[in-house]
Amino acid sequence: MAKMFLSNFILGAADPLIDWELFWSSIGPMVEGGIRNTIPLTLFSFTFGLILALLTALARLSGNKVLSGIARVYVSAIRGTPLLVQLFIVFFGLPDLGITLDPFPSAVIAFSLNVGAYASEIVRASILSVPKGQWEAGYTIGMTYPQTLRRIILPQATRVSIPPLSNSFISLVKDTSLASQILVVELFRKSQEIAARTYDFLQLYITAAILYWIVCFVLSLVQDRIEKKLDRYVAK
Amino acid sequence: MQIQVQNLHKSFGELNVLRGIDLEVPKGNVVAIIGPSGSGKTTFLRCLNALEMPNQGLFEFSDGFSLDFSKYPKKNEILKLRRKSGMVFQSYNLFPHKTALENVMEGPVIVQKLNKEEVRARAVSLLEKVGLGEKMDLYPHQLSGGQQQRVGIARALAIEPELMLFDEPTSALDPELVGEVLSVMKELAREGQTMVVVTHELKFAEDVADHVMFIDGGVVVEQGPPKEILKAPKEARTKQFLDRVLNPS
Ligand SMILES: Nc1ncnc2c1ncn2[C@@H]1O[C@H](COP(=O)(O)OP(=O)(O)O)[C@@H](O)[C@H]1O
Ligand SMILES: [Mg+2]
Repeated sequence: MAKMFLSNFILGAADPLIDWELFWSSIGPMVEGGIRNTIPLTLFSFTFGLILALLTALARLSGNKVLSGIARVYVSAIRGTPLLVQLFIVFFGLPDLGITLDPFPSAVIAFSLNVGAYASEIVRASILSVPKGQWEAGYTIGMTYPQTLRRIILPQATRVSIPPLSNSFISLVKDTSLASQILVVELFRKSQEIAARTYDFLQLYITAAILYWIVCFVLSLVQDRIEKKLDRYVAK
Repeated sequence: MQIQVQNLHKSFGELNVLRGIDLEVPKGNVVAIIGPSGSGKTTFLRCLNALEMPNQGLFEFSDGFSLDFSKYPKKNEILKLRRKSGMVFQSYNLFPHKTALENVMEGPVIVQKLNKEEVRARAVSLLEKVGLGEKMDLYPHQLSGGQQQRVGIARALAIEPELMLFDEPTSALDPELVGEVLSVMKELAREGQTMVVVTHELKFAEDVADHVMFIDGGVVVEQGPPKEILKAPKEARTKQFLDRVLNPS
C-alpha cells in the first residue's frame, strides 16, 4: 500500500494515464451501487416528491389560508436550508426523538421532501399557465373541481412542466451522491470506498463522474422524446 | 317557463355590473340579448351558469328546481344548475388535448357516467348534425374557428341541457365563417331548443329570436318582440345603439 502510494505520488507522471486493471475492477461495484441504490433512490424520491409537489401546489392554489400557509412554510424551509443538512437531520437527528431509520429510507424521505418543495413551484406555475377558460369549459359541462383538474388541467399542465421537471430529475440523480454521507452505498460511495483502498482518487472520481454523465445524457434524450409525444397537449 | 330569473345582481368589488335583471324564457324560445360592450351581457350569462356567483337573484326552473343566491349556494346545487345549461364561449375553449369526438363525449361519460359506446354513437350524430362528421378525429388546432365553435356547440349539447347559453359565439370568427355557426344555431332553434344568445348579429336576432332584450349599464333598458325592439325602439339609448351597430363609422 505504501509503495503504491509512493509510486503514484512521486512517479505519477511516469505512470500510464489510465490504470485499466483498476478501471475494470472498480466499474463493476460502482455500476452495482448505481443500480441497487442510486437509481431506486432517485425513482422513489422523485415519485413521492411529485405527489408531495402536486399536493403542495394545490394547497397554495386552494385559497384556503391555513393550507396555503402550511405549504408556504414548507417550501420556504426546504429551499432555505442545505440538502446535506436536511439529510443529516433525518438520519443523524431523528434518532434523538426515538426515530431511527436505515440510511436508504432516510435518504428517500429527505430527497422526497426536497423534490416536493422545489417541484411544487413548477407544478403551480404550470397549472396557472392553463387558461382560465379551460376550467370554465370543464365546469360548464358539469364537471367537479377534481374532475376538471385531473382530466382537463393536469394533462395540459404536464406538457408545460416536462422541461423544468426533467431538470429537477437530472439534478436529483446527481444530488443522490450526497446520500453517501449518510452511509447509503450508492455509486459515489462505492468509488470512495475503492479510492480509500487504492488511493487512485482522480481516476475513480472521474469514472464516477462519467457514469453520472452517461445517465444524465440518456435522461435528456428521454426528455426530448416525451416532449415530442406530449406536443398535442398544448393549444397551438 | 323553462327558466325564470328574478332580480339578479352582481358586482365586482365596488363595480355594480348587474343591477336587478329579470329574465323569463318559455320552453323552446330563443331570447337574444344585445347591448354595448361592457354593459354586462357576458357577466349575465356567466351568472346563469354560476361561473360568476351572483350577489342576489332567484332562479326557478320548470321542474321545480330553484336557487336563491341571496345565500351562498351549496356545491351540489351549483353542479345541478350547471348540468341544466350548456355554455358556448366566444373563444370556444375546446379541450386542446382531446379530439373533436372526445371533447363532445367528455361530459356524458365523465359527468353523467353514461355507457361509453352509447355516448360515442350520440356524439357522432351530434357532430354530424353540426356538419363535422368527417372531422371528428381531429384535434382543435387542426380545425378552423368556425369548425371549433361548432364542436363547442356539440359539446354543450351533449349533456342534453334544458337551456343553451351562447356568448357572442361568432364574434371571434372571420366574417366568412360566421354563417356556418349561425345556421347550426338556427337549426337548433327550429328544433325547439331553449336558448339565450348574446349577439351582435342583428339579422340573426330578428330572424330567430322570440324575444330581444337590450341591456345597458347593467339594467334591461327595453325588451320585446324582435320587430319592435330592432325596428321601432322606444328608448333613445336603444336607438343610439342600433344606429351604431348598423352604421359603424
Ligand atoms: N371578473 C371581473 N372582475 C372585475 N370586473 C369585471 C369582471 N368581469 C367583468 N367585469 C366588468 O364588468 C363589466 C361588464 O363586463 P361584461 O359582462 O364582460 O360586458 P359585455 O359582455 O356586455 O361586454 C365591465 O366593466 C367589465 O370590466
Ligand atoms: Mg361580452
